[in-house]
Amino acid sequence: IQKMWRGYYVRKYIHNYYALKKYLAAISVNNEIVRNELQEYTEMKENEEKRKDLEKKEMERKYQARKMHYLLSTEQIAGIYNSPFRKSPDPMELLLRKSKPLSHTRQEKSSFASELYGWPTCRKPPTFSTAQPLPPIVRQKPQGPFRDTAEVLRQRYKPLEPTFHVAAAINSPLKKEFRREEWRNCIHDNEFLPFSSYHKNEKYDPSIHRSGKYGQEAYGIKHFREVQPKKWVADK
Amino acid sequence: NSGVMSLLRPLLLDVVPTIRQTAALALGRLANYNDDLAEAVVKGDILPQLVCSLSEQNRFYKKAAAFVLRAVGKHSPQLAQAIVQCGALETLVICLEDFDPGVKEAASWALGYIARHNSELSQAVVDAGAVPLLVLCIQEPEIALKRIAASTLSDISKHSPELAQTVVDAGAVAHLAQMILNPDAKLKRQVLSALSQIAKHSVDLAELVVEAEIFPVVLTCLKDSDEYVKKNGATLIREIAKHTPELSQLIVNAGGVAAVIDCIGSCRGTVRLPGIMMLGYIAAHSENLSMAVIVSKGIPPLCACLIEEHEDHIKAAAAWALGQVGRHTPEHARAIAVANVLPTLLAMYMDTHSSEDLQMKASIFTKKALKSILQKCTYLPALEPLLHDAPPNIMKHIVGQFSKVLPHDSKARRLFVTTGGLKKIQEIKAEPGSLLQEYIDTINNCYPEEVVR
Repeated sequence: IQKMWRGYYVRKYIHNYYALKKYLAAISVNNEIVRNELQEYTEMKENEEKRKDLEKKEMERKYQARKMHYLLSTEQIAGIYNSPFRKSPDPMELLLRKSKPLSHTRQEKSSFASELYGWPTCRKPPTFSTAQPLPPIVRQKPQGPFRDTAEVLRQRYKPLEPTFHVAAAINSPLKKEFRREEWRNCIHDNEFLPFSSYHKNEKYDPSIHRSGKYGQEAYGIKHFREVQPKKWVADK
Repeated sequence: NSGVMSLLRPLLLDVVPTIRQTAALALGRLANYNDDLAEAVVKGDILPQLVCSLSEQNRFYKKAAAFVLRAVGKHSPQLAQAIVQCGALETLVICLEDFDPGVKEAASWALGYIARHNSELSQAVVDAGAVPLLVLCIQEPEIALKRIAASTLSDISKHSPELAQTVVDAGAVAHLAQMILNPDAKLKRQVLSALSQIAKHSVDLAELVVEAEIFPVVLTCLKDSDEYVKKNGATLIREIAKHTPELSQLIVNAGGVAAVIDCIGSCRGTVRLPGIMMLGYIAAHSENLSMAVIVSKGIPPLCACLIEEHEDHIKAAAAWALGQVGRHTPEHARAIAVANVLPTLLAMYMDTHSSEDLQMKASIFTKKALKSILQKCTYLPALEPLLHDAPPNIMKHIVGQFSKVLPHDSKARRLFVTTGGLKKIQEIKAEPGSLLQEYIDTINNCYPEEVVR
């Protein structure tokens, strides 16, 4: 009987063949799911990359068209994109017709994702702050009664110039003379209390109406109403 | 060579701040180029001055000075030790609290380069109190700062379990785990590297990393377009899998095996190595896990690695992994034999064996793998072709397997004779009394006398 029982126990709990088979099947199913999801994820990423590339190229083309707007063909002279031997104008020609010419005062914003952190490798020459920051060249003055920018920056970034009293540590030996003189100049040793503590230790003066001949009267302070405990109902 | 160090040194104390900054920048670039120049910077007694004047408020000077320290510290442990001795660590840690992110980045970069060399320097960096500040730096919005802080934490925690524990105690794991989802590729590289350096030391640390809920997010990193993100992701999973069977089980249940197998299939070169080792570790723990690897179609990519790769250590790793998969039971060995891996392994063994370089890892691992698989293989059709080319030490195992199976299986006996296997056996010369001779005798005894002649 023990042999049978041991066989049954091992087959059910320790080395369950069918459970193992089910587990391996479940793993394959799970793997399929994981693979599909990862595949979708990669496809999504690739699509995003392509889209970004396309958009970037579009922006580049539009910018170029705006910059080279003068290449547009006129009535008399055909532009380079509008050759008379062609049946229809080049797509670039159509783009040129659609775009607005670039204005002279337009700020250059063509740094697509330029590396802002040239600092870590210190390859680009850094811009150091000089004592006098130069005012910006092409900039509309902000409307209003504002102070000069250079002045404001100078005031804001003025370095701290601590006095000797503040700069030296409180127990430094350099301040010995200092401390002696301060101690000498003190008039009294009463601690300076904040104003809220001025009234803390005052005694309360009771009014004359309340204070009886032999101290305080019980009525009005200890009890207010006449009570007759014998007539109370609730206690019983 | 022209005495530039002694000229630059007084410029560091100049009144005009621009001159100070430019002098520091020049020193940094000089030290960055060459380690002799870096030694000259140290010998010229410039570091103490730099460290004292670092507490100035000007952020450009702080960046330049941190750049100098980084450039000096990156070349060798002795130079880094010199930096530590002149008390630069405290000032660098103070720079980590600065408002400007560029200063923080330069300071943490310098600390990272110092901590990279060995565990004493790492310990010095940790003792200066850098780790909590680095964890704060990781949470900053600037990507470059995050990258550098993650790389520094990775460098600190790679040396010993105590250092890794310090990093974990500062609460870094949760933040690093969140940053796996960031789209920036370089940041992901550093974060995955940091997590794998933490997880590699002990089971508890690996469990901590797993509890930060990195699965199944880490599997998406295995599909990234950047090669090193894939490599570091596979490294992280490998470091987790190698500790205990339970962790490997977790990875298998999360579908990690499938993802890693796909990753191995899509990469080339050293990027595949951590993935291969991971499969080997998982298969080594138990036969159920090894069967799981087989079921997830793991053997064909491993075989492909054996054939395609040329580097010794990758081939050795692939051979080892295959050995781990096949060594458990005849079922496993059969799966490997069916996939036609044994001839490849044998060919590789002969190849490396004959090139006289027996110390090469590939030959050692291939031999072990072959032995362990062959000792369990009962799938005779796959063993047949091996009879013809095998060297004597492998032949022993093959013939041994035949001698175990043939006495019991009549169909196999017939097949053996018809395919010319019996003839080949007769051609083998073995010393009488050796194991090989015993096997041959057992096989010969299965057949009647006239067939043997």
